[in-house]
Amino acid sequence: MNQRIVEKLSSLEQGVVETSEEFRGELTVTLKAEAIVRACRMLRDDPELAFDMLIDLTAVDRYRPEARFEVVYHLYSLNNRRYLALKVHADEDHPEVPSVTGVWPSANWHERETFDMFGITFSGHPDMRRLYMPEEFEYYPLRKDFPLMGVPDSLPLPRR
Amino acid sequence: MNGARVEWIGGRKEKGMGLEQLHSDGFLTARLDDVIAWARKNSLWPMPMGISCCAIEMMATASPRFDISRFGSEVMRFTPRQCDVMIVAGTVTFKMAKVVRKIYDQMPDPKWVISMGACASSGGMFRSYSVVQGIDQFLPVDVFVAGCPPRPEALLNGLMELQKKIERERTFGLIPKRAPLHIPEPTA
Repeated sequence: MNQRIVEKLSSLEQGVVETSEEFRGELTVTLKAEAIVRACRMLRDDPELAFDMLIDLTAVDRYRPEARFEVVYHLYSLNNRRYLALKVHADEDHPEVPSVTGVWPSANWHERETFDMFGITFSGHPDMRRLYMPEEFEYYPLRKDFPLMGVPDSLPLPRR
Repeated sequence: MNGARVEWIGGRKEKGMGLEQLHSDGFLTARLDDVIAWARKNSLWPMPMGISCCAIEMMATASPRFDISRFGSEVMRFTPRQCDVMIVAGTVTFKMAKVVRKIYDQMPDPKWVISMGACASSGGMFRSYSVVQGIDQFLPVDVFVAGCPPRPEALLNGLMELQKKIERERTFGLIPKRAPLHIPEPTA
């Protein structure tokens, strides 16, 4: 089955699949960022694969010069009872990834949270605002270069 | 009158405690400050600022088993305009701090604050960019209650400590209602 998934993803377009890796029967595929929406729609709509549920969408800060961020998608197929992980890379200068809200509406808040915590913008998102932190906050707390206790005076308190 | 200093005037020396004399004479005198403080401390209306798990213990404190009404504080009101003691029970984030302060500002004077639990008092286990490391940074706290979460007995003890504090307050006397709180600046 995992072989079929990789084949179907590869057949979308030349060079869509960058790498794929299997660990204890579960598949992780790294895709080109531009192709993520098309790949997701195919994975959802293909009757054999039928990944109809977006379990999670988040990001990882690898803190390296090239392709610093990884956006991670966890998909689940209710019919086949199978998981699938997708990854796309994003640069430090302009971290931008196409939004998959058109495929799974539940991606809306997940992408907003990822934007809030990592500063990755999702192009095509209907409401790209912060989710947790105040709107005037200037930093992205889950980046590796953000100090644990925050930037002093970046979050104003009421006067005592 | 529990705790208030009361002097009897014109009472005859009779056997028995003061209450019989009070009954026979029909009046007593006391300092107005004492009477006001006594009335205030025995009818504290809490604002249940329940933000996280400490709120569960706060609710248990109001239950018949622990029975906060023994201290005259059972009337928890969910509007700040009818409250005079705010029980901050839970983790206060920077985003929530503005809300807590706004609610505190809407409470009528005189008002007091109980900081319930480790999170409200010091940030607790949340040593993080998003959590205020102690609500005394933006609220004048009267009593800190330790615990994670504190047991209902601990909250009741905090309430009794607050009552002792209110008993010492003077409305007309020389001691100001609220002594200024001194927080040492952290040395970096």
